[in-house]
Amino acid sequence: MDRLEYDDPILHPKEDEIAKLRNVKIYDGDAKSATFENGELIATSHRLVYVQSGSSHGLSLRLHYLVYVEEEKSSGFGFSRSKKLLLHLSEPLPGKPPGPVDRSSCSFIRLSFKDGYDSSFPNNLSAALQKKKWETAPITSTSLPEAPPLVQVKIQTGQQNKIFPYLSFPQLPGRQLRAGIVGIERQIQAKHKATDDSISLAFEDLNKLMSMAKDMVLLSKSISDKIKEKQGEISDDETVQFKSYLLSLGIDDPVTRDNSRSESQYHQNLARQISSALQDQIKEIGGMMTLPEAYCRVNRARGLELLSPEDMLKACQIMASLGLPVTLKVFDSGVKVLHLSTHNDQNIIKTTAEAIEESGSYTAEELAQVLGMSVLLAKERLLITEKAGRACRDDSIEGLRFYPNLLLEKN
Amino acid sequence: MQWPWQYDFPPFFTLQPHAETRAKQLSAWRSIVLDYYKHTKESTLDVREAQSSPLFFNSTINRKLSQEGILLILENLQKTGNAEPLDKTKNRWLIFWKSPEEWGKLLYNWAQARGMTNSVCTLFELVSGDDTTDEEFYGLDTEIIIRAIRTLEVERKAEMMMYDDNQGVKFF
Repeated sequence: MDRLEYDDPILHPKEDEIAKLRNVKIYDGDAKSATFENGELIATSHRLVYVQSGSSHGLSLRLHYLVYVEEEKSSGFGFSRSKKLLLHLSEPLPGKPPGPVDRSSCSFIRLSFKDGYDSSFPNNLSAALQKKKWETAPITSTSLPEAPPLVQVKIQTGQQNKIFPYLSFPQLPGRQLRAGIVGIERQIQAKHKATDDSISLAFEDLNKLMSMAKDMVLLSKSISDKIKEKQGEISDDETVQFKSYLLSLGIDDPVTRDNSRSESQYHQNLARQISSALQDQIKEIGGMMTLPEAYCRVNRARGLELLSPEDMLKACQIMASLGLPVTLKVFDSGVKVLHLSTHNDQNIIKTTAEAIEESGSYTAEELAQVLGMSVLLAKERLLITEKAGRACRDDSIEGLRFYPNLLLEKN
Repeated sequence: MQWPWQYDFPPFFTLQPHAETRAKQLSAWRSIVLDYYKHTKESTLDVREAQSSPLFFNSTINRKLSQEGILLILENLQKTGNAEPLDKTKNRWLIFWKSPEEWGKLLYNWAQARGMTNSVCTLFELVSGDDTTDEEFYGLDTEIIIRAIRTLEVERKAEMMMYDDNQGVKFF
C-alpha cells in the first residue's frame, strides 16, 4: 500500500486509458476491511489512478510496481461475490513521492470490483504491463525516480490457472535477484561453493586424522625398535598383534609400507623397462653406468613422459629381486651404479689387479683412460681392488696412485 | 744403514686403510725404526722433527710418512716396550732398540767381567768412559742407562747413587 502516491487524476497526453471502473475498493494485503472504498479506478498505460468519489485528488500506482496480477477466487460466502484482483507489488523506490500510507507490511494490494469488470480487463492490463509505455514515453518529470530496468518473465497465477504472459520484474540496483537466468546461475554457483566448502572441511578432518596416525605410527615403530634392541628379537606373536592393532585403526602395516610401495606394479614394469632399455648401452661402456647417467638416458628416451628420480630409484632397487639382467649396486662411498648382473666384483678385482701389475701403478684418471670409462667408475674399481687387498695406495701431493699390494704379498 | 725394499716403495709412506696390509706395514716400520736407532746409537725421537730425518723421509722417491703415521708407529712400539713418551704431549720419545732389562744385563755382565762389583762408577764413565768404548752401551742415552739400572735395582744387583753431583751406580 505504501507504493501508492498522491497524484493528479488528469491523464497525461501520452497516457492511454485502458479501462475505467467504478465502485472499486482497495484492501491492503489481506486486510478484511478496505482502506479506500467507493472509488473510481482508471487503468492507463502508465499507472492505475484511483479517485475517491467526492475528492479531487487521486492516488496512483505506477504500473512498474506491478509484479504480478492475480485474480482472486471468490470466497465461499454467497453475498460478497465482487471480483477481486490481487496486485503483487515490488519494493517501493527510494525517493518515491509521498502517498496515503507510509509503511505497509504487505507486498500486495487487493482491488475489489463491486460492479465487476470486463473479462478482457486483466489481459489488457497485462498487455499494458508488457508494453511498458512508461519507459519509452515517460509522463513524469525528471525529478521523480525513473522506473528501474525490467526483466521479463513468464508467470502463471497460482490459483486460477490464468496465464499473464511476460509480466516484468523490475531489477533494483544493489538487490539480489531471486529469479531469472542470472538468479539461477547464481544459485548453481552458490550450491557449488557450498559443496566445495563441505568437501574441503571433510578432508581437513581427514588430514588431521592422518597426521595423528603418522605420529602414532612413528611412536609404535620406535617402541618396536626399542624392544628389538633389548630382547634381540621381537617375537612373532607380538609383531602380529601389533600389526593387527594398527590394521584395526585402518592404517597399513608401517613396517612393510615402504616395501609394499616399491613393489607396486608400476615400479615393477618400470624396472623391466629400464633394464631392457639400458642393457646394451651398459655393456658397451664396460658393464657399469652411474645412476645419474642412466637416469638422463632413460628420460631422454622417454621423451615426454619423464620419470621422477624417486621412481627411478625405487624401480632400480627392486631390479635384483625381479632377476633382471641389470641391477643396482651401491658402493661404500655412496655412489650408485647400474651394472650387469653377470658382472661381479671378483672379476673386477682380478682384472684391475692385473692391470696394475702390468703397468706398475695407476691413478684413477689413467685407468679411466685405458679402460674407456668415467673417472668415477675407474676410481671405484681401484677402491674395491684395494679393499680386497690386491692393491695398496700411495697418497701424496702428486695424487692418489695405486700399486700392486707388495706390502702384503711380499716379505 | 741398510734400508729394506719397502723404504723405496712409495705406498709404504701412506698409511694403508686395508687392515691386513696396515698390520704388515706397521710391523715393517717397527723394524726400520729400531734398526735405524741401533745404527745411529740414538735413543730419542722428537715427532715434530722426525719428518725431516731420513728415517721417515726418503728423498729419492720424495715420500715422507705423515705425523699421524709416525705417532702410530711409536704407540705401537710403546705397547711392546720399545718406546716411551718423555712427556704428556707425546712429542719426545725414548726409543729402546734394546729393552731396559737387556741393557741391565749387559751392564751387569760388564761390571762382573771387570770385577767392578761392590764398587761404584759414575754414569759418565759407563757411557763415555775410556773403558767402555767397545761396549754396546757406549754413548747410550743417560735416560736409558738409568732405566737399565732400575731394572737391576729390582733384582738387587745394583743401586743408583749420587755422589759429588754425579750420578753413579754401585754394582753388587
